[in-house]
Amino acid sequence: MHLLRRVRARTAPAAASAPDAAPGPEALAEARDVSVRLGARTVVHGANLTVRPGEVLALVGPNGAGKSTLLAALAGDLPLIAGELRVADRPLSSWTPRELATLRAVLPQSTTLAFPFTVEEVVRMGRTPWAGTPAEDGDEAAVADALRATEADGFAARPFSALSGGERARVALARVLAQRTPLLLLDEPTAALDLRHQELVLRLCRDRAASGAGVAVVLHDLGLAAAYADRVAVLHEGRVAACGPPAEVLEAELLTRVYRQPVEIVPHPRTGEPLVLPRRDTLGSGSTSP
Amino acid sequence: MAQREPTASAAPQREAGGRAGRRRAAPALLTAGLLAALLVLVLLSAGIGAYGIPLGDIIGSVRHRAGLGGAELDRVAESVLWNVRLPRVVLAVLIGASLGCAGALMQGVFGNPLAEPAVIGISSGAAVGAASSITLGLTFFGNWTVTACAFVTGLATVLLVYAMSRSGGRTEVVTLILTGIAVNAFAMALIGLCVFFADSAQLTQITFWQLGSLAQATWPKVLAVLPCAAAGLLAAPLYARKLDLLSLGERPARHLGVDVERLRVALVVVVALLTAAAVAVAGIISFVGLLVPHLLRMAAGPGHRFLVPGSALGGAVVLVAADLAARTIAQPAELPLGVLTALVGSPFFFWLLRRTRRRQGGWA
Repeated sequence: MHLLRRVRARTAPAAASAPDAAPGPEALAEARDVSVRLGARTVVHGANLTVRPGEVLALVGPNGAGKSTLLAALAGDLPLIAGELRVADRPLSSWTPRELATLRAVLPQSTTLAFPFTVEEVVRMGRTPWAGTPAEDGDEAAVADALRATEADGFAARPFSALSGGERARVALARVLAQRTPLLLLDEPTAALDLRHQELVLRLCRDRAASGAGVAVVLHDLGLAAAYADRVAVLHEGRVAACGPPAEVLEAELLTRVYRQPVEIVPHPRTGEPLVLPRRDTLGSGSTSP
Repeated sequence: MAQREPTASAAPQREAGGRAGRRRAAPALLTAGLLAALLVLVLLSAGIGAYGIPLGDIIGSVRHRAGLGGAELDRVAESVLWNVRLPRVVLAVLIGASLGCAGALMQGVFGNPLAEPAVIGISSGAAVGAASSITLGLTFFGNWTVTACAFVTGLATVLLVYAMSRSGGRTEVVTLILTGIAVNAFAMALIGLCVFFADSAQLTQITFWQLGSLAQATWPKVLAVLPCAAAGLLAAPLYARKLDLLSLGERPARHLGVDVERLRVALVVVVALLTAAAVAVAGIISFVGLLVPHLLRMAAGPGHRFLVPGSALGGAVVLVAADLAARTIAQPAELPLGVLTALVGSPFFFWLLRRTRRRQGGWA
């Protein structure tokens, strides 16, 4: 409980001052020169990454660039071969699993369930870290809010295993939201979702950031990253090739090199927001905006 | 992370909707129903047999012994009731509860509804310890020697099966079943060796393991398994909530604050305690731990807070009923209990296997 208060105390000012302003200097989670090996391959090489309170940090990059691995390392799932991980200003390993569960929630790329629990039961699992604390009184509200926010309340009574892929993804996200932690690590939350729900999920990320949480999210859609992230980290062959505000980081030369696909950046005709488009000149004219 | 396929017991669509409302009331109703069934079966078991004892006499005699009035029966009836029937019934309750509970825990730990002590070889592993302690004439632990040996080899077997059947943080059905076959084969070979080296008195004692029976029930036997069974049964419900989280997978469970390594070790020990308790006196009684949790999960949902104690209760009901049937179906002969449960359980297992395969779209 006092753990939470400490974290809240730290995260609150960032939220109060200005939700969308430049994030404060403090770190909810930090990777310092982290290297991770999976099998014989070193997937992440000396990566540095900081998740700050009040911001949405998007991790982008081509397949196999190490986005998910870096996120899993931040979650404490993988052994490091070099570097250090810190959560809420302490080494990750100094927290007990239970304490960590009140600090950060993790959305895996896919969620499976060994037994046919209902959607509501699955979301309620997100509340277990708070059992026996005063926050337990908020269980019902947290579950109901999370179900509503992800538009999963319509099928709350159905077994999880009877849902479609997109519905499962939203329920999994609802479980993570119900955990109500100051740090969210989301691995491709939009992969299985339709247009409406992709936007919905990223608006939820923004809402969480606005209330002081730090959100690190792996995304494939550079447009979503550009539109919703405060900072974007571009991963390339296990290294953080660039990290900063979308307007600075998302530039054609870097993305063309990293994705090995010619890319152009054009401002949105109405809002001026950067739009990332693959160049399709060879396929014929008219595929890009003026 | 490797792509995972949906695991075995994906619930069918038709379970949706109205099912959820019933689920909330189901645990209370089921508990009441199972308790009532257990009471009735215990009384029936105590009364029915080659020497019939009327219900009123049983209650009277129990009240007499408890100092609550009632009356003592005649010498034969009193002896049959207290030295033959009741130890057997109490043993059936203990062992049934242990097996049902062990099954529910195992399925939770492996995240796999086909896990069961006998199917994956834990029971045979424990039987190796029991059989060898008899053949070697070990008595270092007095009355508890056989149980202790069964526990040690049972524990070793659970650890072995666990280590061999898991890869990438999960247990595939095929790997689990094949590991079970290998472990069972090896354990049976060891038991075969024990049989080969045993003298004829030991031989009779060992043979009944391979069949599974409560015919040799006595109060000392009840005492021999009581500590193991009680410890396991009391500890098991403590892990119910964590088992729920484990069904999300190991990593998500860890993200929700479960110390997965510790949980696993604790549950493996509890499973070994429960299985050893059952095997040490009754031999290998299969499928109770498979059937009971499955039926309860269908009726009341997969939440372990009901499933774990509920499976203990259900296991007791099933085993008391099975033992009553084993004693009375072919009177005056007595069917081996393990044979009876396997006769009923195997087709069920087969059905479960087919269903799991269909849901997963093959084993590949």
